Amino acid sequence: MNWLTGFFGDPANWSGPGGIPARLLEHVEFSALALVLAMLLAVPLGLLIGHTGRGALLVVVSANLSRALPTLGLLVMFVLLLGTASIWPVIIPLVLLAVPPILVNTYEGVRGVDPELRDAAYGMGLRGGQVLGRVLVPVALPLILLGLRLSAIQVVATTTVAAYTGLGGLGRFVIDGFATKDYASVVGGSVLIVLFALVVQIGFTLVQRTTVSPGVSQRVRSR
Amino acid sequence: MITFDSVTKRYPDGTVAVDHLSLEAPTGEVTVFVGPSGCGKTTSLRMINRMIDATEGEILLDGRPVREIDPPTLRRGIGYVIQQAGLFPHKKIVDNIATVPHLLGWDRGKARARAMELLERVGLDPAMGERYPFQLSGGQQQRVGVARALAADPPVLLMDEPFSAVDPIVRTSLQDELLRLQAELNKTIVFVTHDIDEAIKLGDRVAVLRVGGRLAQLADPKTLLSEPADDFVREFLGRDRGIRRLQFVSTEGLRLRTDLTVPEGYEGGRSEPWLLVVTKDGRPLGWIAGDGRGGPEPYGTFRPGQDSMRAALDAALLSPSGCAVAVDEEGKVAGVATREALDAALAEAADA
Repeated sequence: MNWLTGFFGDPANWSGPGGIPARLLEHVEFSALALVLAMLLAVPLGLLIGHTGRGALLVVVSANLSRALPTLGLLVMFVLLLGTASIWPVIIPLVLLAVPPILVNTYEGVRGVDPELRDAAYGMGLRGGQVLGRVLVPVALPLILLGLRLSAIQVVATTTVAAYTGLGGLGRFVIDGFATKDYASVVGGSVLIVLFALVVQIGFTLVQRTTVSPGVSQRVRSR
Repeated sequence: MITFDSVTKRYPDGTVAVDHLSLEAPTGEVTVFVGPSGCGKTTSLRMINRMIDATEGEILLDGRPVREIDPPTLRRGIGYVIQQAGLFPHKKIVDNIATVPHLLGWDRGKARARAMELLERVGLDPAMGERYPFQLSGGQQQRVGVARALAADPPVLLMDEPFSAVDPIVRTSLQDELLRLQAELNKTIVFVTHDIDEAIKLGDRVAVLRVGGRLAQLADPKTLLSEPADDFVREFLGRDRGIRRLQFVSTEGLRLRTDLTVPEGYEGGRSEPWLLVVTKDGRPLGWIAGDGRGGPEPYGTFRPGQDSMRAALDAALLSPSGCAVAVDEEGKVAGVATREALDAALAEAADA
C-alpha cells in the first residue's frame, strides 16, 4: 500500500517523458498500432479463406507457429537486426503475435456458419460478396471479435516486454523499477498494466454489445 | 413452365445423381418430386435455380435455357424454400422477408409494406415482424421461409422438403396453408419430398423417382394410386393405396337419409337400430339405440361435396351405428350416410 501511495502520490511521476501519462500514451500507441496492423492483415485473410475454403492450411500453420515462437526471442532478434532507432523492432513481433488469434477465429467464425444459411443466401440470389458481407460476417461477428479481444489482451500484456529494448511503455516502470530496486515503481507499473488490460476488455465488451445483432447473440429484449 | 430435357447430373467421381430426366412442370401447377433418398430429387430441384449445374441436357424456364441466365439474376426470380427455413439469424423477420425486394432495389417502405402483407398472408401476427428468427418456433420459421420466397412475387417457387423438420400437426397445417395460398396465387411450384402422403396431398402431378435419378412414373395422384407403373412405384406407394385412393372420390353423389334423426329426450319407439340425436339448433349430439336406452354414443362427421370418400368412411367407422353424419358449413346435420349408401358409393368407386 505504501508503495502504491508512494508511486501514485509522487507528483514527479505525473509529468515529463518518463511520467505516467507519457508512458501510458506510448503503451496505447504501440498496442493500438500493432493490433490495427494485425487486424488489417488477419481479418481480410480469415474472411477470404473462410469464405472460399482455400488456404485453410495457412490458418493451421499460423496457429501452430504462434505457439512455437517465443515473443521475447523475436523481440530481441528484431532489436539486434534493426536497432532501437525506430519502434518497428517492437511492433513487428507484436503484430506476429496478434495475427494468429484473429486469423483463426475469423476463419472459424465464417467456416462455422450453418451451411443451410449459406445455401439460403445463395438461393435467394445474393452474389458471393453479398453472402460474405451481409450474412457470413454479421453471423460470425462474435467469433471475429473474440479473436480481436484475445489478440488485444496479449498485445497489451506483451508490450510491457518492449521496455527491455529501451523503448517506452508502461513496462518501463516495472523493468526500470527492478533495475533500481524501486519497488514502488514496480508495483505501481504493474497495477497500471492490469488496469489498462481491464479497460481494453471492457471496451471490447461494449463494442460487442453494440455491433452484434441481438438475433445472433440471442439477447432477448423484454417487451 | 419448367421443362427438363434429358437432364443428367454426373459427378466427377462417376456417380450419376440424375439420369436423363425429361419432364414438364406446367405453369400454375404443383409438381412434386418424390422418391427414396439417393433418387436425385433434390439435385433435380437445385438444377432449376442453378444451385447445381446439369452435366448434360437442358432445363428450360418458359422456353429459355437456365444455363444462359446469370445465376443470381435467375435466383432472384425464383422463390426458394428449404428444410430448416434458413432464415438470417441477425435480421428481424420483416427484413428476412424483404431480402429479395432489397436485392432488387425496391424502395425501403414498399419492401417493408410487402413483408408485413406477406406475414399476414402466411398466417402470422404482423407483430412478429420485429422479432428475430430464434424467437420463433420451427413452424413459424417455416412460414416466414415461405413468405420470404414469395416476397418479390416470383412466378416459380422451389420447395425442398420444406415441412419435413416440423412435427406432424404443424406439418399438416403448413400443407393446408400452402394449398390455400396456391389456390390464391397459382404459382408454378416444384416441391421435393420423401413423404408419399405429402406428395399425394399437395401435388397436381407427382413424379416418382427411383435411386440413380431415373423417372419411374409421372402422373396425377389419383392415377398414381390406381395405376402404378411398376412394382417399385407400387411398393413406394405403400399398403394403404386403396384407402388413400378414396381421397379422390367425391362424396357429392352419396345418398343421404334425413329420417334417422330424433330430438333430444327421445325415449324409444322407433324400429331403426340406431338414431342420431340432434340438438335444438341442429347439431349432432350422438347415436342412440332405437329403443332409447343408453347414452349418446360417439359419432363422426363429414361435409358432403367438400370432404372425400375417405373422410366419410372414417366418420362411419367412428360410430357404433356404422353411419357417417353429413354436416353443413355451420356444423348442422344435413343427413346421414348409411352403410348401404356408403357401400353403394364404394362399389361405384371400385368400378371407376
